[in-house]
Amino acid sequence: MDYQKYLRNENFPHIWCSGCGAGIALKAILRAIDDLGIEQDDVAMVSGIGCSSRTTGYVDFNTIHTTHGRPLTFATGLKMARPDMTVLVVTGDGDATAIGGNHLIHAARRNIDMTVILYNNNIYGMTGGQASPTTPLGDIGTTAPFGAVENTFDISGLVIAAGAAYVARCTAFHAKLLDDLIRKGIEKKGFSLIEVMAPCPTAYGKLNKKGSGAKMILDQKDAAVRIAKAEKMTAEELEEKIVIGVLVDRDIPEYIQSCDAAVAQAMNARNGSA
Amino acid sequence: MNPRTSMMQGNIAVAEGAIAAGCRFFAGYPITPSTEIAEHLARSLPLLGGRFMQMEDEIAAMGAVIGASLGGMKSMTATSGPGFSLKQENIGYASITETPVVIVNVMRGGPSTGIPTLPSQGDVMQARWGTHGDHPIIVLTPAGVREAFDMTVQAFNFSERFRVPVILLLDEIIGHVHEKVTLPDPEDLVVIDRKKPTVPPEEYLPFEIDETMVPAMANFGEGYRYHVTGLVHDQTGFPTMDEVKIEMMLNRLHGKLDKYADEIIQVEETGTEDAEIGIICYGSSARSARQAMRELRDEGIPVGMLRIKTMWPFPTDRIRAFADRVSHLVVPELNLGQIAHEVEHASCDRAEVVRVNRITGDPIHPEEIVQKIKECR
Repeated sequence: MDYQKYLRNENFPHIWCSGCGAGIALKAILRAIDDLGIEQDDVAMVSGIGCSSRTTGYVDFNTIHTTHGRPLTFATGLKMARPDMTVLVVTGDGDATAIGGNHLIHAARRNIDMTVILYNNNIYGMTGGQASPTTPLGDIGTTAPFGAVENTFDISGLVIAAGAAYVARCTAFHAKLLDDLIRKGIEKKGFSLIEVMAPCPTAYGKLNKKGSGAKMILDQKDAAVRIAKAEKMTAEELEEKIVIGVLVDRDIPEYIQSCDAAVAQAMNARNGSA
Repeated sequence: MNPRTSMMQGNIAVAEGAIAAGCRFFAGYPITPSTEIAEHLARSLPLLGGRFMQMEDEIAAMGAVIGASLGGMKSMTATSGPGFSLKQENIGYASITETPVVIVNVMRGGPSTGIPTLPSQGDVMQARWGTHGDHPIIVLTPAGVREAFDMTVQAFNFSERFRVPVILLLDEIIGHVHEKVTLPDPEDLVVIDRKKPTVPPEEYLPFEIDETMVPAMANFGEGYRYHVTGLVHDQTGFPTMDEVKIEMMLNRLHGKLDKYADEIIQVEETGTEDAEIGIICYGSSARSARQAMRELRDEGIPVGMLRIKTMWPFPTDRIRAFADRVSHLVVPELNLGQIAHEVEHASCDRAEVVRVNRITGDPIHPEEIVQKIKECR
């Protein structure tokens, strides 16, 4: 496919470090859009703040680079104004689950039709390696110099519990699977989230002696377990593993459709009584 | 009786004004004393083809109205002090991205949770400087129910025309007072919509610098794909670190309101021609001031009143001209002198500025103003 068609080439080179998972995720997003044949004019991409969120500057869609943690709120308003548009949100672990955590759970609860691609790199990369809500216990961040002592969020689990229609997880290594997961997420009517485990060799990797970006990606490959296989494994066997694939795919009422149905019903009742 | 005549509450007049101005998206969060605005729009907007959303918090509501506005819907949110504080982050975003939105703040006693059900005018400075960094903003402040309607229409017109967030500041008294009003015929209203690009998409500069100072705004999904960011950007909309481009962009951002200041800045002068003592007032305090002025005039004391309608940009020149003609400027307000300080700056010692303040949730009574003015003589 022609990636150039979807890129704002004048804004390259991008800011991402070599070995970062962001570029891999970006290409998967573009392949999914291309595969679905959605016109660029009909796509909006909304992001927050952080490495992941710089994605919006590089893609030739209708793009909003918002405030820290808030992309889902802007995306919600935009989707309400333009339900016909395909709304994508690109965010990160810090953006979506720390400062934007409340918006994440409520957008999922509402089940509003949009697709979130969340790059989880276990750290605040752009600001230089501070611990995030997904920094593993004991791992080092510049603000956790003696090791992180807070429990981590299971992001996908959180969003499933909050009520999203579709939740999937993938790693930067499984690029082909990622295309498929994102495509399904876009096709899904409702709130969908794809959590992409993305290595950050510069901040997280360096602080925790994880080796090069290439090594970190290969380590993800080794840690990954497909959901079908994971379902047959015990909790102990799944420790330190990354379960990948479609975690939840359910047909539940979408928010805007529910709004429209409620209003139509009210108007019918009025017309009936008049 | 005219079917457009009714007893109406100030908050409802704001909601009706928004509808009349073409607002079709509202996102909010319940907060006293502004909630009637959300409740009224929850009932009305969906039946008019619009959309109403109760968001998870005030921050989300502010983000949602910006998103909807970029999608082409005129959008509004409404709140009170604590919620207004939470919205500040994204008000700055609307300001730098030049996204038209209207934010209503029905002021209650502060600081913090303060006095939720009682009036205050304690947010006049927050309305100007609440969000970080130098930024353009327009703030309008009505003093009655009909004016709440008119100013809401005007708030939308200003926000669309100048691509700037507009804050409508009511105090709890104006939000909750019921008055008999006759609303204008919708056909008689002037409703302004954002300027659309006339060039093809490949020539479109979303933040173009031209003599109008206000760039044409394409809505998302109309074929003009562009980038919106809270980072300082150049005419293309993409972030820049180039000092020259930063300066050009920020000069236009601030300069656009200077250019149209005469249109934006509005005051109401009553009896200022022959006044020896002046009153500078706004919102509910202006109603007390009007009564005080009447009583003093009846006693033969020539008092004049300048009522601020556009709070920001501040009507410095009009107040300075008034200060030239009077010995004192009395400033009644439901705070500890936030606007009196601006009046002092405007007056520049031409007239002595005298404060009448109250922060206990009680309105300022006309007698207090009468008393203060008599002390000036």
